[in-house]
Amino acid sequence: MISFDHVTVTHELTEGTLTALDGISVTLSEPRVALIGPNGSGKSTLARLVNGLVTPSTGSVTVDGIDVASRPRQVRDRVGFVFTDPAAQLIMPTVREDIELSLRRQEKNRSHRRTKAEQILATHGLEPLADRSVHALSGGQRQLVALAGVLAADPRIVVADEPTTLLDLANARLIGDLLTGLDQQLILATHDLELAARCDRVLLIRDGHIADDGPPDEVIAGYRANP
Amino acid sequence: MSELFAHVPGTTVVHRVPAGLKLLTLLATSITLMLVRGPLTTVVGLVLAAAVVTVSRIGWSRLLWGMRGLVIILVLLGAYQWWRGGWPRSVEVVGDLVTIVLIASVVTMTTPIDRMLDAVTTGLGPLRPLGVRPARVALAVSLTLQLIPIAFGLIAESRDAARARGIERSIRARMIPTVIRVVAHARTTGDALWARGVDDDEHPAR
Repeated sequence: MISFDHVTVTHELTEGTLTALDGISVTLSEPRVALIGPNGSGKSTLARLVNGLVTPSTGSVTVDGIDVASRPRQVRDRVGFVFTDPAAQLIMPTVREDIELSLRRQEKNRSHRRTKAEQILATHGLEPLADRSVHALSGGQRQLVALAGVLAADPRIVVADEPTTLLDLANARLIGDLLTGLDQQLILATHDLELAARCDRVLLIRDGHIADDGPPDEVIAGYRANP
Repeated sequence: MSELFAHVPGTTVVHRVPAGLKLLTLLATSITLMLVRGPLTTVVGLVLAAAVVTVSRIGWSRLLWGMRGLVIILVLLGAYQWWRGGWPRSVEVVGDLVTIVLIASVVTMTTPIDRMLDAVTTGLGPLRPLGVRPARVALAVSLTLQLIPIAFGLIAESRDAARARGIERSIRARMIPTVIRVVAHARTTGDALWARGVDDDEHPAR
């Protein structure tokens, strides 16, 4: 369960203070929660608060009762994060090595790590790409590898920040199917309203506030009527 | 130049040498070439480096193509050394540099990054009481190697963007976007490292 308690996020700029989120209080316990809203509304900031990529200026965020700001490591053991641009997420030169990097914390033995990486590659159909450079992959393949790397660490929650924005239709559908079919709790910031409609709950974020919150059909219909 | 650092899988004797030994050899070669002056050392170094490249079967054409970006630096360095100390000194400095680049290329092209990380982490382990964080150093080595092909890609994209706007002769138009995007890449990589908890083992207090 993820709880936001009176969370405000501000950024100091030369021209003044920018409020990205303003007094957000909400609890997310549903298996799949979508965050929708216009560009710059604050949905990515809200997603990034869950694993401590952004810290609240005031208020607090807890994951399963653990405070994100004071115990980020314990929170990151539970929360995996999928970025918009997988190129930023892939750190190692080859697909196999990047998956193994995700396993380094939980598996110190190299041969065991390699065996587990092989299993993960097989699970996601990535064996043919195992020794390919991550720079030589297509956008869809990169996002698939990034997602496999996140799942390799066995998180309880997956946060995805516009994971299909840079993908073509087929790959967006593939990644969307994978994400919505996960056993983990999913927090999904997206502009893809069809994908959001497959979630259990949708939050409409506007100007740093929760403008609407409820079942997908109602919230998405309201957003379409007043984008 | 990114080809210089891309791993080439293989089963040659050079591929099978432990990563730590390769890194030590690179270090020892670099120190020897710096300390021992004279053309004989340079010639021996070049011959040995060429032999290692051949045995490792990483491909001369690929290697030389990857080194093309170094030509300007080598020419400028050679010219400067010629002016300062004459042609024997120029040949020696350029030859030593080529030797080190060849051996460094063999090390990176025949060693998976994962092995390199393990070797650096193990090798620096005894320095932990002095405040050195081995896993962090190993990660820095890996990220530095990773940044090279990315930086070359960003340079090419900035050049193409400048060309598309008809300002390809403007150094500002090519450099400023490149620098900004490299810094942005560093920030997003930092976010990814944080999100993946890669460096957490180095922060037992967390």
